[in-house]
Amino acid sequence: MKRWATLAVVAALAAGCGGGIVTPPVSGASSTTVAGGTVRLLTHDSFLVSDQVLARFTAATGLEVEVLRAGDAGSMVNQAVLTAGNPVADVLFGLDNTFLSRALEADLFLAYESPALVRLIPGLALDPEHRVTPIDFGDVCLNYDKTAFDGTPPPQTLADLADPAYRGMLVVEDPATSSPGLAFVLATIATFGESGDYTWLDYWADLRANDVQVTSGWEEAYYGAFSGGSGEGDRPIVVSYASSPPAEVIYAEEPLTEAPTAVVTEGCFRQIEFAGILRGTPHEAAARALIDFMLSEEFQEDIPLNMFVFPALASADLPPEFIAYTEVPASPLTIDAATIEANRLRWTEEWASVVLP
Amino acid sequence: MGLGRASVTRRRLGTALLAAVPLAFLLAFFVWPVGSIVATGLFPDGRFDPDPFRRALGGGLPGIAWFTLWQAAASTGLTLLVALPGAYVFARFDFPGKRLLRTLATVPFVLPTVVVGTAFLALIGPGGLLGFRLDGTIWAILAAHVFFNYAVVLRTVGGLWSHLDPRLEEAARMLGAGRWRTFTTVTLPLLRPALAAASSLVFLFTFTSFGVILILGGAGLRTIEVEIYRRTTALFDLPLAAVLALVQMVAVTGVLLAYARYQERRSVEQSLRPAAEVARRPRTAREWGLVMGTLLPTGLLLLGPPAVLVARSLQGEGGWGLEFYRALGEPGRTGARLVDPLQAVGNSTGFATVATLVALAVGLMAASVIAYRRGRAGRWFDALLMLPLGTSAVTIGFGFLVALDAPIDLRASWVLVPLAHALVAMPFVVRTVVPVMRSVRTRLREAAAMLGAPPGRVWREIDLPLVARAAAAGAGFAFAVSLGEFGATAFIARPDTITVPVAIFRFLGQPGGLNFGRAMAMSVILMVVTAAAVALIDRYRPATLGEF
Repeated sequence: MKRWATLAVVAALAAGCGGGIVTPPVSGASSTTVAGGTVRLLTHDSFLVSDQVLARFTAATGLEVEVLRAGDAGSMVNQAVLTAGNPVADVLFGLDNTFLSRALEADLFLAYESPALVRLIPGLALDPEHRVTPIDFGDVCLNYDKTAFDGTPPPQTLADLADPAYRGMLVVEDPATSSPGLAFVLATIATFGESGDYTWLDYWADLRANDVQVTSGWEEAYYGAFSGGSGEGDRPIVVSYASSPPAEVIYAEEPLTEAPTAVVTEGCFRQIEFAGILRGTPHEAAARALIDFMLSEEFQEDIPLNMFVFPALASADLPPEFIAYTEVPASPLTIDAATIEANRLRWTEEWASVVLP
Repeated sequence: MGLGRASVTRRRLGTALLAAVPLAFLLAFFVWPVGSIVATGLFPDGRFDPDPFRRALGGGLPGIAWFTLWQAAASTGLTLLVALPGAYVFARFDFPGKRLLRTLATVPFVLPTVVVGTAFLALIGPGGLLGFRLDGTIWAILAAHVFFNYAVVLRTVGGLWSHLDPRLEEAARMLGAGRWRTFTTVTLPLLRPALAAASSLVFLFTFTSFGVILILGGAGLRTIEVEIYRRTTALFDLPLAAVLALVQMVAVTGVLLAYARYQERRSVEQSLRPAAEVARRPRTAREWGLVMGTLLPTGLLLLGPPAVLVARSLQGEGGWGLEFYRALGEPGRTGARLVDPLQAVGNSTGFATVATLVALAVGLMAASVIAYRRGRAGRWFDALLMLPLGTSAVTIGFGFLVALDAPIDLRASWVLVPLAHALVAMPFVVRTVVPVMRSVRTRLREAAAMLGAPPGRVWREIDLPLVARAAAAGAGFAFAVSLGEFGATAFIARPDTITVPVAIFRFLGQPGGLNFGRAMAMSVILMVVTAAAVALIDRYRPATLGEF
């Protein structure tokens, strides 16, 4: 209470005091010689890490981590681009491959090749100059309600969804306003291509003819329209994540022995999340220490149950639910980051002209 | 009359001083940030680029602008139509549970749209409780807008109505005018200032509608606000976002200037009566019928969606219980807590307190300038004050980021959260206070000035007690606005200060029945905190106004 009383009185003036924690500049390139201070991490709203994991980082390095959240991933990246060279934080986490190209073009990051890179799952490090470091990945996949496919087979591929057998069953998110929605559209572009006899737009025209439902966000699709698990709607197939079935078990109201939903492992689009040291930071050594820590077993094994994505470190142990109730797609789809950046607006508009009347 | 001139000069000086604080506040935390972000978009390399204006004329943008305009106009009209009978009944009659109902009517106003959207879908979505589907239609959007803004009309119009001298109407009736004629020729003109105030607020809110459009309109329907968000955060098309922000602000300013002009011409000094003298128990069966016939459908509209939320927060797979509430602060297996509910409530009420105090202090100064200084300058000042309400949250949030790095780097400071809230809350203080201030008899004020009271003292001793009640109503709104605000809070790079709406979003962001239940429980907590805060402010506002 007292804190708020003080706060009320000095609201306007306190601006200066609240402005930022003064961090003593740290010199020396080696992350092991960092001595005390605060390192600021700019991230998105879905970021979550256990307190005791951060506490161990502080115990090891003397560095406190101050977490700054700046809206969804797109909003965060664009805020970082606007403050390029004069950042509000030292490290950014949560940049994904759909926004990667924009961040690199804006010259946001200082290169840093973490010693842990060699221990990561191959194929995640997309930037040869190491301006960004992969921390985790997640696959946007079709999920289905197991109870709805008791006697009939669930879809196996994206093409199946155009089959009249699956009419009125699918709900997707608008790629213009939703990140999994965009990932799914990218998966269809990677699958069917932009030219040829049957393009991705032909496929979407078929989906529309098959009565696809479109919502503006993931929450409305999953909780509102999807019938499986915690969904309350009437559509048995939804665009969600490969980690959604484990989440259904972990956050079940009553303990479950089986996931109520399952993943179609074909036609998944892989989102990789990166961290980078923001150019202009006065605390480069501290920032490197934090990146190294984010690739440690400790941090990596904390990731799945908090953020429901998969660790980038090959040796990180997964929680049992992530092994039992889902699988990592063997051949996830992807599109080169620069191609996504160059075509994002055109693709979402073409999609809208076909799917939304 | 040397003395008179000196007092006029002193008064002008006083007005200028009063205007200086709100102006400085707006310049620092609104004009400068928003101007900076718009300039970033329009002058990409330091040179003006007309291309985004050309692009704005093509594509679907004119259609988006048209949709924005007509849905706002329709929502405003419908809200007035639905809420006026309620305002009348609340002003003229005493009935059991009146205070509670008035408090509850404010609750919808602060609920995050995603939560209300879920509740609406449960009523009118697939398999909805009401048995018909409206989701994906304009009707769902209009119904939600009425639901959200009912309280604005009830409080603003009802506030003035409860002070109108009933004897004026009685006189008209006595002279042979029918009910309808009395209403249209006596009551309605007297209510005009409040009606215009309420309409302008509702119009601004619905003109910049965001969540309701996204959730209930289905995909494809976009307001300018939604398009600014999309261009800024997903496409990083700052030039076009800047053009759209300008279009939005020009449209809003136009409406506001027209409103201010109208308000000034139409406001009349009235003999206001204490509310207790105006309201009475319904006497006849007909009056009881009127009261019940108004309250029942209103109650259904306003309490239906919250009731759905309460039911869902209590109903788990294992039957009814407090399971979700108990689970709110439970750490996951890693020991990390998605949300600390007590901390979230603490932060939210703390921010709301600061925001309300700032909004009250700055808003009262601004209101007295607007009320007493007529003419073009006063109108522009009025419009400028309201403009933050009509400006997209993402524009303000990104503006803070590009503008507030010097002289002190405020960009990542928690202070920005209550300041952003105060910016949006201040118009409510101004709108509720100005009509009352204008209605206060000038003679009282002049008499005091004649007797040698300096302007500050006139304001303190004459106006302040009179407007305290209206200010309290405005403060209630300001507090509620701050409690429920999500947009700007989310866009400001903020330290880890979780608020209740942010907590709701965190739960909703992950699958699992427990998370959905916890989101519902957190929404109910937000409703309760809001209702309690508004009730508290209502209770402690000055009860009698002997001066009227």
